[in-house]
Amino acid sequence: MIDKQLPPSLDELDSKLNEVAAKRNNRRARPKERGAGLGFAVKIGVDIVAAIIVGVGVGLLLDNWLGTKPWLLIVFFVFGAAAGMLNVFRAVSGYGYAAGYQHKVREEGTDNGERNR
Amino acid sequence: MADASGAGQSPLAQFEIKPLYKLELGGYDISFTNSALFMLIAFLLITFFLLLSTRRRETVPGRWQVMAELSYEFIASLIRDTIGAEGRKYFPFVFTAFMFILVGNLLGMTPYSFTFTSHIIVTFALAGLIFVGVTIIAIAKHGLHFFSFFLPPGTPWIMAPLLVPIEVISYLSRPISLSVRLFANMLAGHTLLKVIAGFVGLLGVAGVLPLALVTALTGLEILIAFLQAYVFAILTCLYINDALHLH
Repeated sequence: MIDKQLPPSLDELDSKLNEVAAKRNNRRARPKERGAGLGFAVKIGVDIVAAIIVGVGVGLLLDNWLGTKPWLLIVFFVFGAAAGMLNVFRAVSGYGYAAGYQHKVREEGTDNGERNR
Repeated sequence: MADASGAGQSPLAQFEIKPLYKLELGGYDISFTNSALFMLIAFLLITFFLLLSTRRRETVPGRWQVMAELSYEFIASLIRDTIGAEGRKYFPFVFTAFMFILVGNLLGMTPYSFTFTSHIIVTFALAGLIFVGVTIIAIAKHGLHFFSFFLPPGTPWIMAPLLVPIEVISYLSRPISLSVRLFANMLAGHTLLKVIAGFVGLLGVAGVLPLALVTALTGLEILIAFLQAYVFAILTCLYINDALHLH
């Protein structure tokens, strides 16, 4: 009688082993990730609000100064909201915590940032 | 701070500034307040902690020395990771800010104490100092090139009138978000603790439930106290990094 089930091929074994290893690595990394994630979450909420506050503040100041009552407030409110979104977008798209545009290359080579300037 | 006698006492009473020693200078009220007292206590605690724990420097460190070395190493590696070797000269500043906020937050967690980090003027002064300092570093290092910071590379010229204000607002929002984050977290956390602690006395036997909640929240608050100091330190590092290496 021929056993139709072949022994698992090396490739299969390899993928299984990789899976287990990946799972184990994930588990190990979790506590640290959780800390980083929490810090990240704490940061992001305030970023939108802060940018809107600045936008509204700048709008009101310019309005008072130039006497263009509600218009600049409206414009700068929109700018502020956009800046808030920009802050969050930067934070989540891997530019890290920093405001300002950064190239990913620099993040890899932080040891001598001069190189990438 | 979770005193259960709270019936009839406002949960916000803990944030009241009380002058302990009245002083006036040139028409300005510069009284020594409870806020100032706790800042002084924080300053003394940090100084004595670091001085005493590193007094006997041993190859095999004792418990206190390990704590001092841990806090040093924590900030040193943070700066190494975010700024790199150039950031070393900013270590004293980042370390001081981190320890001051951390000890301030933790001092606030001890009963009957005052949390000076729950006042926006304190956190805004710290954040404003960092903001101004970082801007000066950037201008000193890059001169007028600093202003190219507000125009992302590769922007079409038509988009510039739209993008420059957005970038400027984004830059100006840094001290606001830095200070509001710390202040709001401390204020909200301590108010919440006080409100729930107020229920302990009012509910009688069922008061064990809010008591359990307050106990759990106290743990959470200590985590937040640490986390906020960490976030403040890491953002300071990233801002300095931005100032040193413009794009």
